[in-house]
Amino acid sequence: MKNILEINNVTKFYKNSVKALENVNLNIKEGEIFALLGPNGAGKSTLINSICGIVNFNTGTIKINNMDIIKNYRTTRKITGIVPQELNLESFETVWNNVNYSRGLFGKKPDHNYIEKLLKQLSLWDKKDNKIKELSGGMKRRVLIAKALSHQPKLLFLDEPTASVDVELRKDMWDVVKKLNEDGVTIILTTHYIEEAEELSDRVAVINDGKIILVDEKDKLIKKLGEKTIKIELFEPIEKINGNLSKYNFTLDQTNKIISHTYNLNSNTTDITELLNDVKKDGYEIKDINTEQSSLEEIFIKLIKENNNELVRN
Amino acid sequence: MNWYGIKAIYIHEMERFRRTLFQSLASPIITTSLYFVVFGSAIGSRITEIDGINYGSYIVPGMIMLTILTQSISNASFAFYFPRFTNTIYEILAAPLSSFEIVLGFVGAAASKSLIIGCVIILTANFFVDVRIDHPLLMMFFLILTSITFALFGFIIGMYAEGFEGLQIIPILIITPLVFLGGSFYSINMLPEFWQKISLLNPVLYLISGFRYSFYEVSDVSLLTSTLTILTILIGCIIFITYTFSKGYRIKD
Repeated sequence: MKNILEINNVTKFYKNSVKALENVNLNIKEGEIFALLGPNGAGKSTLINSICGIVNFNTGTIKINNMDIIKNYRTTRKITGIVPQELNLESFETVWNNVNYSRGLFGKKPDHNYIEKLLKQLSLWDKKDNKIKELSGGMKRRVLIAKALSHQPKLLFLDEPTASVDVELRKDMWDVVKKLNEDGVTIILTTHYIEEAEELSDRVAVINDGKIILVDEKDKLIKKLGEKTIKIELFEPIEKINGNLSKYNFTLDQTNKIISHTYNLNSNTTDITELLNDVKKDGYEIKDINTEQSSLEEIFIKLIKENNNELVRN
Repeated sequence: MNWYGIKAIYIHEMERFRRTLFQSLASPIITTSLYFVVFGSAIGSRITEIDGINYGSYIVPGMIMLTILTQSISNASFAFYFPRFTNTIYEILAAPLSSFEIVLGFVGAAASKSLIIGCVIILTANFFVDVRIDHPLLMMFFLILTSITFALFGFIIGMYAEGFEGLQIIPILIITPLVFLGGSFYSINMLPEFWQKISLLNPVLYLISGFRYSFYEVSDVSLLTSTLTILTILIGCIIFITYTFSKGYRIKD
């Protein structure tokens, strides 16, 4: 699959000499959903704003569809849409005017049929004549998405799309994002919610202190860095772990009935068949077995901690 | 050229004008009427004529200039500062628009609003005094050029302002005094020689003088000087805006 976005050695310093991005390199494939994860102030929004032309970056190049975003800003921006993090909308304008205004800005001639379809798709049609100030936070978020989609972009940036929205609306938003992606829109989203990245993305990048510290496919990342815990519930409580089981680093819970062992999926150090045989050999009767895999969130926290420790060491 | 983009900004701004039509038009009409009551009737009864023109009629071009200057500046500065304040500017920055197109949309709308208000003042003035326009094309030339020039000036203020107070400082502290001291309500020939020379340093004097010439063929300075002055201010504003945009127009950081 070809790259729709190529970022090469992009560096950005703010006027107060704060380094926001440092030698960022990233390629985004056409048609994928890409999640950019990172703590507050890591540079996620700065990176997105640099790509969209909202802030100037200092060095490096950014290409969309193999075209430089500065030299060919008209062509590249026409196929790019952005949903900002904050609810930046003109409160006294109607939904209809707001969305049509955005379409015009991006150089597209009015198309009321398309805007109607878009508003219906986002459940905004019955609010089209309402002023923005009359809408709830969730509805405003939808208007921002409608504005970003008003000119039918091929590449959509969602900067914290579900920040401060309730769980139900978040799920709705995820459905919208999935639908857009099915329709051929490449999506790059920044998020604090790891579950969001886990639910939506094909690939994930972790950014910390302005540097991309990892890019990988979501599933591979979970596999590569993920840990799994096997919990074995026994019929009878035991006082101490010994015998064949002592080699596995088992922990015993407070009921003395559940023994747990954590292992890395990638390391091949734990043979589950052998482990279960050892349990049997030691004469324990198994009531239940349960496994838990580490989430992207746990992986993310681990990566950031490691990166921060490295920064302190350097 | 992104004509749809320019049109979108223009219509968006004119829509704001339409929403606040009453305030936008009522204010200049009431102010103009008050000027006629105060200057035309109270003071005008003591100054019957200047350069052979009835005092009430004489002050009409000055009053129009006063309104055009302040309205052009405030419309354009507010129009560009407001999206900065609400952060909706992100959309304009992310759109495929050149700096020239952005300026054209905002300044075009601000100048259009001023022109509408200018025409309303001329109509209002007709209720109080006889208004004669000897050179209508020249009058339109000055009216349009002044509206555009000071809308550009307002756009600069909108780019640099750090708060709503910042939008008001230059119009209140600089423009209004310059208009009042630029012969809006008098001819500089009525001043002592020293103050006449000082008045010649005021660029607004040249605008009012040229504009007044288009009405009654009377002026304090030559028409050519007036034309060159307004063109110089216009070019100055364009150069300044171009420079600011090339540096990221203070909003791209």
